[in-house]
Amino acid sequence: MKEMIRVEKLNKSFGDLHVLKDIDLTVNESDVMCLVGASGSGKSTLLRCLNFLEIKDNGKVIFEGKQIEPKKDNLNEVRQQVGMVFQHFNLFPHKTVLENVIEAPMMVKKIEKKQAIEEGKELLDKVGLGDKYDVYPAKLSGGQKQRVAIARALAMKPKIMLFDEPTSALDPELVGEVLETMKKLAKEGMTMIVVTHEMGFAKEVADYTVYMHDGRIVERGPSNELFDNPKEQRTKDFLSKVL
Amino acid sequence: MIVGGVFSIEIFFSELIRTYPFFLEAAWLTLRITLAAVLLGTVIGVVVALIKLSGPVLKVFADIYITIIRGTPLIVQIFVLYFGFSQVIQLSPFWSASLALAVHNSAYIAEIFRGAIQSIDKGQMEAGRSLGMTSSLTMRRIIMPQAMRRAVPPLGNQFIIALKDSSLAAFVAIGELFRTAQGIAAGTFNTMETYLIVALYYLVLVMVFTWIVNRIEHRLSVSER
Repeated sequence: MKEMIRVEKLNKSFGDLHVLKDIDLTVNESDVMCLVGASGSGKSTLLRCLNFLEIKDNGKVIFEGKQIEPKKDNLNEVRQQVGMVFQHFNLFPHKTVLENVIEAPMMVKKIEKKQAIEEGKELLDKVGLGDKYDVYPAKLSGGQKQRVAIARALAMKPKIMLFDEPTSALDPELVGEVLETMKKLAKEGMTMIVVTHEMGFAKEVADYTVYMHDGRIVERGPSNELFDNPKEQRTKDFLSKVL
Repeated sequence: MIVGGVFSIEIFFSELIRTYPFFLEAAWLTLRITLAAVLLGTVIGVVVALIKLSGPVLKVFADIYITIIRGTPLIVQIFVLYFGFSQVIQLSPFWSASLALAVHNSAYIAEIFRGAIQSIDKGQMEAGRSLGMTSSLTMRRIIMPQAMRRAVPPLGNQFIIALKDSSLAAFVAIGELFRTAQGIAAGTFNTMETYLIVALYYLVLVMVFTWIVNRIEHRLSVSER
């Protein structure tokens, strides 16, 4: 199995606050990995270190076998291959749905407008928004916004997708449509790392689940095992609270 | 009808009709000074705002610029440019006034843009960066278009102030609206009527400005409707 992303002894602090402590993590191609844990456990920070929205203090981030150093490597090129979906969507409000999707392919990859539109529409059709091309984000529901955000990230044809609590800002009745879209993506073989509070999704879709507490990885394993048969006491405590 | 011997409505209207060729020409000059000042001031203002946001080192220079320009009166700046610099470079009265007005407004406009840029959610920059866009590309394509929209109402306000402040150009002998009014009042002794007439010209100009700004605001709000 081909290794997609590996993290070794990663540390990150915000001032005096030590947020990530000696994190080791490997994700192989086509793996779906969920990061779970309480708020403040460092899940989101870890995710953001993977596409260098946060810069690690020390440790290694290795992408497709190549160690990435923020000072030497062109992070923009790395980020083109690492898609990200945010909790609060972060769609561009002054652009239509289709314009949101074609912006980066056109401006970064210099893809011709005609082709970008064609591919953009295809992606929007895929996430079930074929009737919303020319609508502005303000007109969409939260679930629709997040699906546009997924399409926007996919438009760069990333090798891996990072999801930072993609359903946490949604009304309960809109969570399903976003999870459904992500499930479809997982089935197609997309490599995904998902920070989530949706334990059902983690158990059902994720190949592996990682439980984090206080900046450390407490336990990791195939999702079934971690949920049905946790070994660490802290994992048991956490799962008993959320399940 | 004479009210207290100060104001006559008949004189007001007869003067309004008699003086309109002078005032229309003067209004056109006022408008040119204002437009030159506003366009140039906006360009300088955007640059100063971007410098101020670019980092702690350059920010100092932007802060010094804003402090000095905003901390001194426009009339002093006009005099410095027209009389003070006359040894070095002889600027025409029009450009002395326009340039002074531009520089003066640029300090306020810089702060308007800085505020507008900073008011854009930082998730927008992150979204751009996460797609592989550089920070300058994200600034240009994502942040600035949104910031511009937010800047329109305070900018409109600033432009109205600039239009009225252009009356200070009268003091370097430019025949704009206020100077024209002074001349006519001194010649006819119809002081009250003449200054009320010129007030009316300013009022109409400001109302037209306001209408234009409202139209622009409405046009730009497409994505929120």
